[in-house]
Amino acid sequence: MNPHSDRSWAGGAGTLAAPSASPGALPGLPSTGVPAGSFRGRGFGERLGATEREDAWWAQPLAQAIGLGLLGLYATWAAFQGNHYEFGNYLSPFYSPLFKPSWWPISPAILILWAPLGFRATCYYYRKAYYRAFFGDPAACAVGEIKSKGYCGELKFPFVLQNLHRYFMYLALVILVILWYDVIRSFAFAQPNGGFRIGIGGGTLALLFNTTLLSLYTFSCHSLRHLVGGKLDCFSCVAAGGPRLKAWSAVSVLNGHHMGFAWWSLFSVCFADLYVRLCSMGVIHDGVIYLSSLFDTAGGTGL
Amino acid sequence: MTQTMVESRPGTATAQAPAGEGQARSREAVLRVFRGDASGGSEVEYRVPVAPGMVVLDAIHWIQAHRAPDLAVRWNCKAAKCGSCSAEVNGKPSLMCKTRLDHFAQDRTISVRPMKTFPIIKDLVTDVSWNYEVNKRIPPFKPRPGADWRWQQSDVDRVQEFRKCIECFLCQDVCHVLRTHELKHQFAGPRFFVRIAGLEMHPMDGEDRSGFLKDHAGIGLCNITKCCTEVCPESITITDNAIIPLKERVVDWFYDPLRMVWRKLTGR
Repeated sequence: MNPHSDRSWAGGAGTLAAPSASPGALPGLPSTGVPAGSFRGRGFGERLGATEREDAWWAQPLAQAIGLGLLGLYATWAAFQGNHYEFGNYLSPFYSPLFKPSWWPISPAILILWAPLGFRATCYYYRKAYYRAFFGDPAACAVGEIKSKGYCGELKFPFVLQNLHRYFMYLALVILVILWYDVIRSFAFAQPNGGFRIGIGGGTLALLFNTTLLSLYTFSCHSLRHLVGGKLDCFSCVAAGGPRLKAWSAVSVLNGHHMGFAWWSLFSVCFADLYVRLCSMGVIHDGVIYLSSLFDTAGGTGL
Repeated sequence: MTQTMVESRPGTATAQAPAGEGQARSREAVLRVFRGDASGGSEVEYRVPVAPGMVVLDAIHWIQAHRAPDLAVRWNCKAAKCGSCSAEVNGKPSLMCKTRLDHFAQDRTISVRPMKTFPIIKDLVTDVSWNYEVNKRIPPFKPRPGADWRWQQSDVDRVQEFRKCIECFLCQDVCHVLRTHELKHQFAGPRFFVRIAGLEMHPMDGEDRSGFLKDHAGIGLCNITKCCTEVCPESITITDNAIIPLKERVVDWFYDPLRMVWRKLTGR
């Protein structure tokens, strides 16, 4: 439903045209009505790092750059490996859902990873993090920048594509369903006789922990918050307003922790891949507790 | 609490508390205060006696009273509610009346400068009138036709957060789009996104400001670095609760291809 269907627009109510820019727009004047440079302060064009701040303002962007850089490098390396992504009933989250078409020459992860990567790259939290850490735009509040001329924010390519965040969120929701299927599958351990036993292995916990964090990250998304109810102006005036208010409120609570979920899920997804990879390479031995064995005094734990 | 400051002799100022509050304290704070105007200026160092609970604005008042009666500072309530005493304390945009001296190490100099984003008038006073020019251009509240003027508290909870704004313009000061890139002719700034959010999300408002946000308020210039939220003395979650929801509304109209096709096909 068009959220604005019951509203008039600043110009042209009842038309299919987009809302007009301003009722007070005067030709020849800049958009805010103030000529460029007429209220210029002393901060204009400050060079990179120029500031009167005396605290360690550089620490946070440095930590973010190191964290994002290292995890990004690991994820890239793991995605291009193309092997050791499966171990028994475990599948690395970088490779899920697993598509291995015969015509595809490189790692199957590349067919999948663009979607979660796009979701993170256009995420409102990560935008803050990498604009500060890698673009220095700004590196920290009240600190001079790398580039002071020609700034266009998110108006031009490629940054205008940040506006497609909601589409990556839709894809992330689909992938999330598949990751939960992988978690369920990770409880079922194949036996030599061809059957399965239910158990919990180290990989089960790694995948469960990771998918839980990925779910929290996805369900705290700003775009989801908008779509489930944030776009409404009056919850009590629309159909299903009560459930939509509850959904919006729940996502809002999660949204307050979006930054934390973003970081923890990034760690966990790399850890889950690493665990499966090390098991597959034979570097570590995956311990399994078979749930039926817990009640069998004669049996071991399988560890 | 009222403190009386007296100067014992030049260069060795001390603070004297009202009777019954004990002896004068020995601690002194060293402030470097910007003195000058549009033609230039420099920082001048002042030593100020420190009393318990003292804030930077108290120190500035002491300097005005005892050292530099021509020191210009804008203030009104001294209670973090009028938004007048905005400045940059140790480089951070802050309300002087809300910045306690005991938050700083005793051996460190405290610098107090005017806001960098706006043209300086004199000393700590800047010309913030640009903000009022922008404010005039925002499409005002327009009641929805035939609206039933009854609504639930839950409908206005989020709008009430935006009403806490005291117009100190610290968010405008720290915003790099205005501060460093000087795009005041294209960008309204976080304070006015908060105001627009308060209007847009009002249950009885019938205006749509999506086009204004995109083409005149320049919301696409904001790159979500959240400095405005960090400095807000009223703890308004400016970026997450005002700017991002407005960006999403602009996406609804101008950047979501499926919605645009759907609108063409259905007229809704």
